[in-house]
Amino acid sequence: MAEFKTAPADAPLGVKLLTWVDNRFPASQLFKDHMSEYYAPKNFNFWYIFGSLSLLVLVIQIVTGIFLVMHYKPDAALAFASVEYIMRDVPWGWLVRYMHSTGASAFFIVVYLHMFRGLLYGSYRKPRELVWIFGCAIFLCLMAEAFMGYLLPWGQMSYWGAQVIVNLFSAIPFIGPDLALLIRGDYVVGDATLNRFFSFHVIAVPLVLLGLVVAHIIALHEVGSNNPDGVEIKAKKDAQGRPLDGIPFHPYYSVHDIFGVGVFLMAFSAIVFFAPEFGGYFLEFNNFIPADPLKTPLHIAPVWYFTPFYSMLRAITSEMMYALIACVLAGAALGALKARLAAPLKGAIVVAALVVVAAMLSIDAKFWGVVVMGGAVIILFALPWLDHCPVKSIRYRPDWHKWVYVVFVINFVILAYLGVQPPSPIGERVSQVGTLYYFGFFLLMPWWSKLGQCKPVPDRVTFSAH
Amino acid sequence: MKKIILSLLLSVGFVAGAAASEGGFALDTFPKEKVTDQAALQHGAKLFVNYCLNCHSAAYMRFNRLRDIGLTDDQIKKNLLFTTDKVGETMKSAIDAKQAKEWFGATPPDLTVIARSRAGLGGSGADYLYTYLRTYYRDETKATGWNNMVFPNVGMPHVLWELQGERHAKFVEAKDPHDASKTVHHFEGFEQVTPGTLSPAEYDSAVADLVAYLQWMGEPAQGTRVRLGVWVLIFLGVFTVFAWRLNAAYWKDVK
Repeated sequence: MAEFKTAPADAPLGVKLLTWVDNRFPASQLFKDHMSEYYAPKNFNFWYIFGSLSLLVLVIQIVTGIFLVMHYKPDAALAFASVEYIMRDVPWGWLVRYMHSTGASAFFIVVYLHMFRGLLYGSYRKPRELVWIFGCAIFLCLMAEAFMGYLLPWGQMSYWGAQVIVNLFSAIPFIGPDLALLIRGDYVVGDATLNRFFSFHVIAVPLVLLGLVVAHIIALHEVGSNNPDGVEIKAKKDAQGRPLDGIPFHPYYSVHDIFGVGVFLMAFSAIVFFAPEFGGYFLEFNNFIPADPLKTPLHIAPVWYFTPFYSMLRAITSEMMYALIACVLAGAALGALKARLAAPLKGAIVVAALVVVAAMLSIDAKFWGVVVMGGAVIILFALPWLDHCPVKSIRYRPDWHKWVYVVFVINFVILAYLGVQPPSPIGERVSQVGTLYYFGFFLLMPWWSKLGQCKPVPDRVTFSAH
Repeated sequence: MKKIILSLLLSVGFVAGAAASEGGFALDTFPKEKVTDQAALQHGAKLFVNYCLNCHSAAYMRFNRLRDIGLTDDQIKKNLLFTTDKVGETMKSAIDAKQAKEWFGATPPDLTVIARSRAGLGGSGADYLYTYLRTYYRDETKATGWNNMVFPNVGMPHVLWELQGERHAKFVEAKDPHDASKTVHHFEGFEQVTPGTLSPAEYDSAVADLVAYLQWMGEPAQGTRVRLGVWVLIFLGVFTVFAWRLNAAYWKDVK
């Protein structure tokens, strides 16, 4: 326990109060550790705004969510009407609802950009593996949160989107149908599903999400932030033990972030006030039709932020399975011939590959589609151990690495685009190639990230005064 | 880095262009200025209550919300309340849902947010409704005696026929441009059989008023939303300029 301090008798009331609190709770210490004496690299660029912005959007979602729950009715017979009631009869209800619906999409935009920043500058590399893993877990929670929240307005897309996604679970061999039944609480998506999704959306997932956000920030502040040069600023410290290239987060980055928040809020408000449906991408047109279990819409598309993964799901046809089997066999052959492993281990690799191929031949492609879709998210967790490049930041990697990343981004956007579109033969082929590229990017990373000549990494960060 | 940002921006444009292009009858453009024209909205509300509300409800829309388009409670009570006597009541049709289904083959859908739900079918929701209500034609093969270009085999008869009059659709058999051995049913235009009480131009204008009302009813707060948005953006613009200068003031010492 810290020493008991006493404020001077003539100190202002505020100081006395803070001393009283500090003797009982480390308020000043926490502020120092995480704000005024948390040293962040001084060379952050614009990519570093998205962490603060995701925290801002989280707060927007929680606060608007609280007000929505005051008027929303989680009941299949009342849900759609209660949303319209919020939009019409609740004072400022339309604003709260649009902020929440736009916030959902904004959340994914800032989080995708935040993750991409991590990818560019190697922010997941040692010693920041846990920061990255907590972040991936946050992304997973966010997807669950968005998916279950999307059912609540109880429109046609809410209903049929949930129906399609929950049905995917029934493709799992043996336990699938029972698992899907457990998730729905009924044989079709219905009132029971709505109630449990409401409970998860409003209580369970946000609790986990908040816990993970705290863990993400604690882990980050333990190891310190990475920066666009991928240089460890803690390696060079001054006499007081402060990093030479670090500056206190507060006030330098707090004032920086306020500026970023202003710019972000302008874009956010422009959507909320002038284009809340965002051309049918943020609020789908079909969702203005109440859920009808007897009328399947012609084209069921998830909201844009899920579509890259949805595309990968649709790419796995029975034809595509042969390509995947070939990939598994090629991978096993490569492991058996090239890897420096003991003979029994190599044998195990071949046997495991044969078992997987046998399973791939005997279980329906739909199941493997689900595996691919889930795998596309889960593979992110392994990133710290897949990247074997000697340098962290894209700045000092071989030039052609940049193109690998450019193609990765374009590929991701194309997959997203195809996921919005109705299925087509050309789209199917493109999404299959895209799926292979997506997985190839990660699974072959231990190989390609080592290739090429890296540029020399400087000792200190590159920074020019503003 | 710049290349990466550029390619990201390009791809955003690529996706944004994807919303358009659907098959079906080409939609006419709804005259948007009607949505901010109070006289048009009031006329539309009158048409809505007289023609649509017999079968369709607008169950989330309260009569007294019509104050937003310049009507007083008294005017609403005197001219527009047929199914209820309370001005705070929502617009519910008196039709029996079960009977309606027997008569038309489908329950007439609620119209509160119909304009929002019909967007993305080759135009805005208003474009769809504006074209739909103007492309009815006589078709004796249908139970109601009516058919529609935008919504083929529609269950709803032409409720506004007295205003528009009766029309036939002219179809010709044309060669399929993709396959010479086939012919396609090609729409050549309408021909007026009996005149309506309105001229074609007056009818178009009346339908535009009705659609303007439907569009407004889909989101009565839309005007407030846009007006408020302008002020919010002005505030944020000023705020951001101050935040930018504040940021610069702090960072000028960082070497």
